[in-house]
Amino acid sequence: MSEVGVFKPKIIAYVCNWCTYLGADLAGTNRLEYPSNVRIIRLPCTGRIDFNLIIKALESGADAVLVSGCHPGDCHYTSGNYHARRRWILFRELLETLGIEMERVHFAWISAAEGRKFQQTITEITEHTRKLGPYTAYKKLCEAGV
Amino acid sequence: MIDQLRQTCRRLLDEGKVNVIIGYGQNSADGPAYPIFVTKPEEVGKLVWNDKCYANLATYLTRKDIKALGKPAIIVKGCDERALVVLQQESQIDREALYVIGVACDGVGNPRAAKCLVCDVHRPRFAAEVLGEASASDVGNGRYTELGEFLEKSPAERMVYWMEELSRCVKCYACREVCPLCYCNRCIADKNRPTIIDTSATLKGNFAWQIVRAFHLAGRCVSCGECARVCPAGIDLGLLNLTLARAAEEHFQYRAGIDPEKTPIIGAYSLEDKEEFIL
Repeated sequence: MSEVGVFKPKIIAYVCNWCTYLGADLAGTNRLEYPSNVRIIRLPCTGRIDFNLIIKALESGADAVLVSGCHPGDCHYTSGNYHARRRWILFRELLETLGIEMERVHFAWISAAEGRKFQQTITEITEHTRKLGPYTAYKKLCEAGV
Repeated sequence: MIDQLRQTCRRLLDEGKVNVIIGYGQNSADGPAYPIFVTKPEEVGKLVWNDKCYANLATYLTRKDIKALGKPAIIVKGCDERALVVLQQESQIDREALYVIGVACDGVGNPRAAKCLVCDVHRPRFAAEVLGEASASDVGNGRYTELGEFLEKSPAERMVYWMEELSRCVKCYACREVCPLCYCNRCIADKNRPTIIDTSATLKGNFAWQIVRAFHLAGRCVSCGECARVCPAGIDLGLLNLTLARAAEEHFQYRAGIDPEKTPIIGAYSLEDKEEFIL
């Protein structure tokens, strides 16, 4: 699979334990193939996914970040995803002002039954990020000394 | 006006209604006013009020050492009072146990500070008494003009701007210390197990810190502008806060510190929140 000289984007996916992680699981058990560029990090709930983790991912050299959880109404903890959604709305605006490339920060609802949606989302994000190229701006920023 | 203020404070201390007045003092007429804490009636002469009274004194209400002084009275401008409203909403202060002396304000600084040019709270609204008169009229819009102009730049240009600005940040945390709404006993920036915010004063750490600082004030910042005023590097931190203030107003029709009855937007949610950006 690996081709020399082809950019392999690094994608961090923060997923919730109850929906998207099971969606990824379903994609696996159904043998749905998706790019291996994604690193899945399982957390209890989208409500737990601190915005700092998004920044942390970029700091660690991610080229794109995906945050995904249960559809509205499906949250295992009743309202975690609603709280998360509200924070994302605000957080996106802050990233916008800072000039962070919004095409690299993705949010999604993927349920435990949506193995195919998981596969498609990951494939699309990988393809898109590949076109964008590595996120050099943030990497450069993180490497800058005092 | 100043005599009136001093008399009021003297009366409050004499009658034992309060134990400490949190107000402004000044060394020279040209110098900036600084916060003072008057505990004795004979010291009320130290209190001043003029257009050099920049500080938002609300920040001292949540400090341990100030709380130890007893029941406080605080002198607030209209903009500072908004911080009181948020502190009250967040159960950080007990308005019953606090005497609020409002001062009508025409704006501070010469030339006027940017926040004063778009001020719509020249007169404190919930104070026990409001001293003086404000001749300036309330401005209803223009709060986000500077931000709007900034956002006309491309994302790459904006990134370059912040890289330049934040490269000057020395992580002194003055922005945090002065903020009336940054009252956590332990700040996330001081925690090191795990280290969420890189503690070094490099761009990496400075971005992480300023993002946290701004976002923890989302829907809470009252735009008192203290963070930018005290920044020794002169970074326009207000711009980040304005972004979130505008987002709160645009998406949730909410302005922090205006209406104490309204539910704060963080910690609540609505089924109707927009989600067209979610895949």
